[in-house]
Amino acid sequence: MNVKEEVNKHPKNSRRQFLKKGLIAGAGVAIGSGLVTAYIDATATETGEKVKVLTTDGEIMEVDQGLLKLPRVSRTESLKGIPGRKFVMVIDLGKCKNARKCVEACQKGHHLPHSQEFIKVYLLQDSEKTAPYWFPKPCFHCDNPLCVSVCPVGATYKRTDGIVLIDNERCIGCKFCMTGCPYSTRVFAWKHYPEFDEDKEPYSPEASSPGKEGTVSKCDFCPDLVRVGKIPYCASACPMGVIYFGDVDEDTVTNGTETHQFSQLIHDRAGYRYLEVLGTRPCVYYLPPVDRQFEVESGFADMNQEIIDRYKETPYSIKNKP
Amino acid sequence: MELQNKDPLQVFAPQLERTSIQGYVWIVFLLVVIGIGFYAFLQQVYLGHEVTGMRDNVVWGVYIVNFIFFMGISYAGALISGTLHLFKTAWRKPVIRMAEFITIIALLIGPCFILLCIGRLDKLHYLVIFGRIQSPITWDVIAISTDIFGCFIFLYLSVLRDIARLRDYELLQLPNWRKKLYNVLSLGYTGTPEQQKRLNRATDIMAAMVIAIAIIVYSVLAWIFSVTLQPGWHSTIFGPYFVIAAVYSGSAVLIVCMWVFRRVYHLEAYITKKHFVAVGVIMLVLAAFFGYFTFSDYLTKWYGSEKNDELLIQLLFKEFYWEFLFSNYVGVLLPLLVVGIAKLRTITNITITAVIVVLALWLNRYIIVVPTLESPYLPIQESRAEWLNYSATWVEWSLTAAGVAVFCLLFTLASKFVTIIPVDGLQVEEKKEDVLV
Repeated sequence: MNVKEEVNKHPKNSRRQFLKKGLIAGAGVAIGSGLVTAYIDATATETGEKVKVLTTDGEIMEVDQGLLKLPRVSRTESLKGIPGRKFVMVIDLGKCKNARKCVEACQKGHHLPHSQEFIKVYLLQDSEKTAPYWFPKPCFHCDNPLCVSVCPVGATYKRTDGIVLIDNERCIGCKFCMTGCPYSTRVFAWKHYPEFDEDKEPYSPEASSPGKEGTVSKCDFCPDLVRVGKIPYCASACPMGVIYFGDVDEDTVTNGTETHQFSQLIHDRAGYRYLEVLGTRPCVYYLPPVDRQFEVESGFADMNQEIIDRYKETPYSIKNKP
Repeated sequence: MELQNKDPLQVFAPQLERTSIQGYVWIVFLLVVIGIGFYAFLQQVYLGHEVTGMRDNVVWGVYIVNFIFFMGISYAGALISGTLHLFKTAWRKPVIRMAEFITIIALLIGPCFILLCIGRLDKLHYLVIFGRIQSPITWDVIAISTDIFGCFIFLYLSVLRDIARLRDYELLQLPNWRKKLYNVLSLGYTGTPEQQKRLNRATDIMAAMVIAIAIIVYSVLAWIFSVTLQPGWHSTIFGPYFVIAAVYSGSAVLIVCMWVFRRVYHLEAYITKKHFVAVGVIMLVLAAFFGYFTFSDYLTKWYGSEKNDELLIQLLFKEFYWEFLFSNYVGVLLPLLVVGIAKLRTITNITITAVIVVLALWLNRYIIVVPTLESPYLPIQESRAEWLNYSATWVEWSLTAAGVAVFCLLFTLASKFVTIIPVDGLQVEEKKEDVLV
């Protein structure tokens, strides 16, 4: 296993300095997957949550979970899924105000160009008399994924932990999965975008990066972050705590600040899955847009014109439609 | 008529031996169109698929329309020539080879268009190495390759007698390599009763086979769309609907080819009004079927419409209204009128109708593919026009033109290799026996 040298930007922190060269075993405490090898990413932000790790010197020590990073797993490894896990996402529509921090963090984390969004924020209004609401939409990581069924080369696959990934080394770019997905989740690299070059690490389907021209990609539930006990970029970036991420079997979801019992949350707040009628069995649940903290129009505030223009064609009436 | 007493090859050999100035101009013109298409293809390879009008919502555009279209006309031969052969239809002789040529040439061009949709042509071999049988694309790969193979055999069996005659025709003024090629390709066929028996049997089997394969191929093609959950595609009728649309477009292309070759090679004595009316009647019957399937499909979508079907129908009647009217009204009703009413039933009228039907059927595929992709379940919320609505770019149009040019070129070359009308056992049609008129 290669030890990746990270630039230590905080020389005062002796513990971190000590760790930067050392391999740490046992970072799996938080992710429940036994012994794994991790290293410290000094550029990352601390979450305040400590995990116990075992250094190569045989010492047990506590480090901030936010700083732990794993080398990207290989393509073969990425097929398996994280043992004993079944991931789920809950999105609270009552709290979303189209701040778009989820989109930005996701694009930055996955080195995506402006035109590729793994998570999109829609402005929906189901019918004329119903209330409009903001609708963040990642990949639903369906349990009955049509995109996986139709792929002619097995480039997209469903793992034991519920995550649907794409291997862009295998993908031939036929785009059948894009027509197969009823949620317009997948994006295509219509050319080589300069952002792809920003990522210097080797490609892994778990990171969905670096992207590749002529292949399909999409939201991946950030398994590379999940492996070190972090929640996906979108969930941790949301200032309103709209996006909860967690595990169905552990029955826990968290948005980084608050943690809920998944089943209780869905029960109490009448959680539902989008377009249940299609039979795709999504792993993303929505909490209806009730008890709203923001007016829907506040989603247009401080947005540049390009974003506002997107919602021009939204059907029905929104009071202060852009 | 004096023609009847001559060896038909005396009449047809010049077609193979000489190419007129106009013929060369035509070939050069086609090569230029193909050249422009090739340049467009290089643009797409080097600059990426961004040079096309396709974007994340409309991921398949004119390319897939051309793919369906060419695969469709390829059934002219498979179903029409196969059926005519099996039923031993008396008038089939002068048109059957054209139908077989259409089949094989269109079948070679069609799949090229699906390749243009593929983002990573360098990984195309993965379709074989990592092919998954669950995917309708794999079904398609298997079905199309079987079809190409089967149709090649069928065509070869049916030209074998003519190749043997060309080999034996001593007056033939062709370079030696061509004569040697005929010698090799004739497989030693001399027309002994045993050979005749075997050849007839093999042709019968292949005729039945190509009909079955053609139905499978086109159904599989339809299932690529209908297995998805997209509004407008997720339809049980799509398999048979595509098969009917395919044969329908094939019959129209056959009429156009008959008209062109009749003019170019002066085949007025062989291809008569009777043939136009006969194929015209086939086209009429298929038009009726096609209209019925179209009506049935849209009626059920419209009458008890789900929200997204409703949005799709609205789109079809607003933004795509003239395409919809042209393909699903004009394209259905015109053959019924022109071929159905005896007074209107002239060679010119039938040919013009056939041209319109070909265009209508191309547009029919366009309004099957594009409007559905423009009306997904989640609304397209975009500020960029090219992401909101699909419109094909010059790259796609050039490659479309190149596809048509390759079709014409291969047809021209094929007609220089074997006679466009089977000469073996050929009889000049007597004009009086026009029973259908």
